[in-house]
Amino acid sequence: MAKEKKDIISRRSVIKAGVGLGALGLSSKSLLAKEANNKNLPPNVPEWTETLGDGVDVNPYGMPSEFESNVIRRNVEWLTASTESSVNFTPLQDLEGIVTPNGLCFERHHGGTAIINPIDYRLMINGLVDREMIFTLDDLKRFPQVNKFYFLECAANGGMEWKGSQLNGCQYTFGMVHNVQYTGVKLFDLIQETGLKNNAKWVLAEGSDSSGMTRSIPIEKIKDDCIIAWAMNGEALRPEQGYPIRLVVPGWEGNMWVKWLRRIEFGDKPYMTREETSKYTDLLSDGKARMFTWVMDAKSVITSPCPEKPVLQKGIHQIRGLAWSGRGKIKRVDVSLDGGKNWKTAQLHSPVLEKSLTRFTIPFEWNGEEMLLQSRAIDETNYVQPTIKELQNIRGVNSIYHNNSIATWLISKNGKVDNVRLG
Amino acid sequence: MLDLGKYIIFSLLSIFLSISSFSETRKFNIGKIATKQEVAGWDIDIRPDGLGAPKGSGDALSGEEVYAERCASCHGDFGEGIDRWPELVGGSGTLSSHDPVKTTGSYWPYASTIYDYVYRSMPFGEAQSLTYDETYKIVAYLLNMNDIIDEDFILSNKNIGKIKMPNRNGFLLPDPRPDVKNLNGNPCMKNCNTPTKIIGKARDIDVTPEDEKS
Repeated sequence: MAKEKKDIISRRSVIKAGVGLGALGLSSKSLLAKEANNKNLPPNVPEWTETLGDGVDVNPYGMPSEFESNVIRRNVEWLTASTESSVNFTPLQDLEGIVTPNGLCFERHHGGTAIINPIDYRLMINGLVDREMIFTLDDLKRFPQVNKFYFLECAANGGMEWKGSQLNGCQYTFGMVHNVQYTGVKLFDLIQETGLKNNAKWVLAEGSDSSGMTRSIPIEKIKDDCIIAWAMNGEALRPEQGYPIRLVVPGWEGNMWVKWLRRIEFGDKPYMTREETSKYTDLLSDGKARMFTWVMDAKSVITSPCPEKPVLQKGIHQIRGLAWSGRGKIKRVDVSLDGGKNWKTAQLHSPVLEKSLTRFTIPFEWNGEEMLLQSRAIDETNYVQPTIKELQNIRGVNSIYHNNSIATWLISKNGKVDNVRLG
Repeated sequence: MLDLGKYIIFSLLSIFLSISSFSETRKFNIGKIATKQEVAGWDIDIRPDGLGAPKGSGDALSGEEVYAERCASCHGDFGEGIDRWPELVGGSGTLSSHDPVKTTGSYWPYASTIYDYVYRSMPFGEAQSLTYDETYKIVAYLLNMNDIIDEDFILSNKNIGKIKMPNRNGFLLPDPRPDVKNLNGNPCMKNCNTPTKIIGKARDIDVTPEDEKS
């Protein structure tokens, strides 16, 4: 017993130390001055004009402006027991266009970030194939390659909002999504190398991290569009995104996109791993749970204004937002300023790609009165993003996963914005 | 002699054909063939029917000690979970309540999954350090704590695929989505009948992390 207690204490202190460091990282003070410095404003010549700036190579790998230090991933400490098995969130409210910068793509780990020297990387393919094979990273890069934009969304994105509005931020309620361009080889091309037995119906994808993440995927999806990816947005995958290789499962829940991929096994039945039975199953109000709910349904969010982006002055503003669907392209996005009574169709910005984030904007005028902002996505299958009430009526409030409902941002008379629930 | 010559030519031809058909199925000729030994080292998954379960066994009585040593510091002596570490025992009858407790006993549909997960990723931070027998013992202990097997039941690769879990039939297939009313791409645009009264604010719940003020 004494020993166990000691274990607990050491575990706790380890966790505490980790969290402490995290907090330090987050506490970087905002460098934005409250008031502009008149010396830098017309008709004066600003200080940065009068002196030379840094030369090349001061930052061999460039970083964002020091004035953007608040644009970072953030986590919710109370959600999880340790940062190694945890999640943080993409700051959607600070991003433009549809590409998520690599360093801002949200992280979800189950056993921390595996650090893998690419020389030691191997991908094994075994099971119901004609030839069980092993590929090096260089081997994989010799196959014909594809370059595709896809969104990746955690099935639990918005999972804290089932019962009511809980987290007051666009980042915390919608930030478990990112969108990058992947470079890799189609998994189906690897099958052409290994051959496939006729009774191969399922794939087990397995990670080499400390959690040994595993998910079963039906063979039809593998033949359709899955990618073995080594690059995101033009550079090698970030370690926290699976360096050197991750699986890309377009339009399907992020948990299936196994990072640090080490093995692909073909079988005739699903494997019923921990992740697809005890987790990532959607508990209904009658105590039964849906299983294998892979597709991410159409969803949208207004990324500005939002709780992190208050309205600072009266007059014309641009509502900016993102929409996406795991079933194809976004066809239309509507925006309401009055809590869903009346809607106007927003402008979609090209490119509008399938299973990718799509940017929308629409101008609005704020006259200092309260407003209830909502956005509603419609995808090319004519599916309409539902209200939370519609989802609750069918699924109850305990399913955690697949909350793709319409959110409401309240703009108050003072310009502050709140995540609210209507009813 | 002529027949033998024909035979030799035929044999060479068939060998050549089989080689060429082999390279045809291998479209790119990239990668190497995995040895049985290499596959055995990495192929650790176990299916519900017990396929893949390694030779070994253990019962709950001997599992208690292993559990106390390797699991209890996070999951508690009785699987009750410490701090936010997951509880592993109990929760029976709670799945349709306001506060469902999903444990290996109340929720997990297959015993194989417990073995597979414990072996591949537990103890947290010491993945794949348990022996096969230790893993069977821990799984037996958890099953016993959840009243699924007796304490002297010897769990093994031969019977792990036959354990009947309480929530085995608790899962629904296939995915019924889209499950909301089909609006066929034409939702209401004007004077829609929808409630617009504010019934909750995240600000009032006050659990949102805040950046340190500058």
